[in-house]
Amino acid sequence: MTELEAGRAETLAPVRGSAALHRYRDVLIALIAFAVLASLPLFTGSKALLDFVIRCSAYGLFASSLNLLVGYTGLTSFGHGMFFGLGAYSFGLIMQKLGLPIPVAFVATLVITAIIAAVIGAICVRLKEIYFAFVTLAFQMLIHSTILSWASFTGGDQGLRGGIPRPAFFGINLANHVHLYIASCALLILGLLAMRQIAQSPFGYTLRMIRDNAARASFLGIDVWRAKLTVFVLAALFASMGGMVMALFVSGAYPEFAYWTISGEAIFINMLGGVSTFLGPMVGTVLLLLLNDTVTRFTEYHGIVLGVVILFFALGLRKGLLDFVTEWFSHRRDAGEGR
Amino acid sequence: MLEIRNLAKSFGGVKATNDVTLDFPDGSLTAVIGPNGAGKSTFFNLITGALRPDSGQVLLDGVDLAGRSPPEIVRHGIGRAFQVASIFKSLTVQETMLAAVSADQRSSAVLHKRFPLPETRDRAEHVMELLGLAGKRNRTAATLSHGDQKLLDIALALVLEPKVLLLDEPTAGMGPEERWRMIDKVRELWETQKITVVFIEHDMDIVFKIAPKIVVLCYGRILATGTPDEIRNNNAVIEAYLGTEHAGAAA
Repeated sequence: MTELEAGRAETLAPVRGSAALHRYRDVLIALIAFAVLASLPLFTGSKALLDFVIRCSAYGLFASSLNLLVGYTGLTSFGHGMFFGLGAYSFGLIMQKLGLPIPVAFVATLVITAIIAAVIGAICVRLKEIYFAFVTLAFQMLIHSTILSWASFTGGDQGLRGGIPRPAFFGINLANHVHLYIASCALLILGLLAMRQIAQSPFGYTLRMIRDNAARASFLGIDVWRAKLTVFVLAALFASMGGMVMALFVSGAYPEFAYWTISGEAIFINMLGGVSTFLGPMVGTVLLLLLNDTVTRFTEYHGIVLGVVILFFALGLRKGLLDFVTEWFSHRRDAGEGR
Repeated sequence: MLEIRNLAKSFGGVKATNDVTLDFPDGSLTAVIGPNGAGKSTFFNLITGALRPDSGQVLLDGVDLAGRSPPEIVRHGIGRAFQVASIFKSLTVQETMLAAVSADQRSSAVLHKRFPLPETRDRAEHVMELLGLAGKRNRTAATLSHGDQKLLDIALALVLEPKVLLLDEPTAGMGPEERWRMIDKVRELWETQKITVVFIEHDMDIVFKIAPKIVVLCYGRILATGTPDEIRNNNAVIEAYLGTEHAGAAA
């Protein structure tokens, strides 16, 4: 080995190790987070708290999946909520009409979502910025009106009533509140871990390149259209997972799950938490749900209060909360090194 | 060998590229010059697939690439850098290089492994060293100086190990000293990498000094091709180009 080769080997080894190390670190963080969440019922009997975490799981999966599009790929979808609604309805209908085991219905819903997302995505991802945003919104409204008008199948504006059957599987009984809670947490953590892997994979960096400069990416041999379609479908799958958690939680599905406001909420969440970090949308989810719950308790004009908060983040900080915190820390670290 | 055969492209009634036929032998270094609007950038855009030619052929080692998409053409071995540095502003220099190698090794859609892939490292490292960017590997591209951004753009093209490298004004927007540093770099790359290099340049001093072969474009047509001496003494060129606005530069 020449001196040059030796030098290079030295610089290579740590990087090779660190990629693997980062993955183990993420898994470790996920395990700890799951352990903390899963042990919560041991310390508190508060049903409200557990309910809050379940709702955070549903919305967190949904909002984080939108961040794959907005934050990582630069695709601002105004209709991402359609896949949340689609997940809730597909899962609810499969359980009500076919009575399949829950894991089978879960996978079947993901397959249905993937197919529909591939068709819608194939049409949408060719479009640029504002056109993409509005055509996704149009598809959302299409799905919403289909749900409303196909009343014999979907229950129309009443939603899927009569509850979703939740037969036990592998000793897990989702009709039991604590079981449902643990299952939601598990889905959240697994979903986040999978999305984190996507974001940190070579494909994740392809997405970043497309966000920064799609034309240049194509001059590197990247098929931009295919990459955008792939992430569109992947993000839809996680949104659909969020919808299923929601359907299990409320034991039903309602047209509001597929209405455009649900997409709006996901965008709000991303603005609140920030899109430059992976966990930004998760922080945003907790913030928005906390705000929602507390503000509605004090005033019926909660829309005004939420609007002011959004304006504060958008105009005041010009970024999400987690963006702000990470920037503050890196400034402090730089200042510390400078001394 | 890159052979251009009867390449043509019109925008409305304007013939931006008009029946251009040229050969670029393997390992050659060629400068493309011409007054503003001569169709130099259009010529590059036609070769690289950014524009679809109306007619004609772009043959690389006998394979016709005319009208194919940019990713396809890149994969056949024609890389390019841009007049305005075209980079990924939020990625670091190192990430940019690693991601580009991933794209070239067709692993840019890999989901189950972590970035960066170990097999991309050597090539990325090599090109960063080659262009003197290794010391700035952890800098975000947006924070680089103008000159370094142009180098990064060239590095992006080079890291794909192209057979032909097209450089659209590598010295655009640079001061006199920086220009010479950049062009020395280009010449060094050409000498060490043994690739075919074609570059567009406005500075006549630079062109006449370093390019063994020059192509003069004017109104989409080839006005002249030849060595610097032949070009300097070509009456048509003097008439159309050097004799008028660039008299000072030619003197």
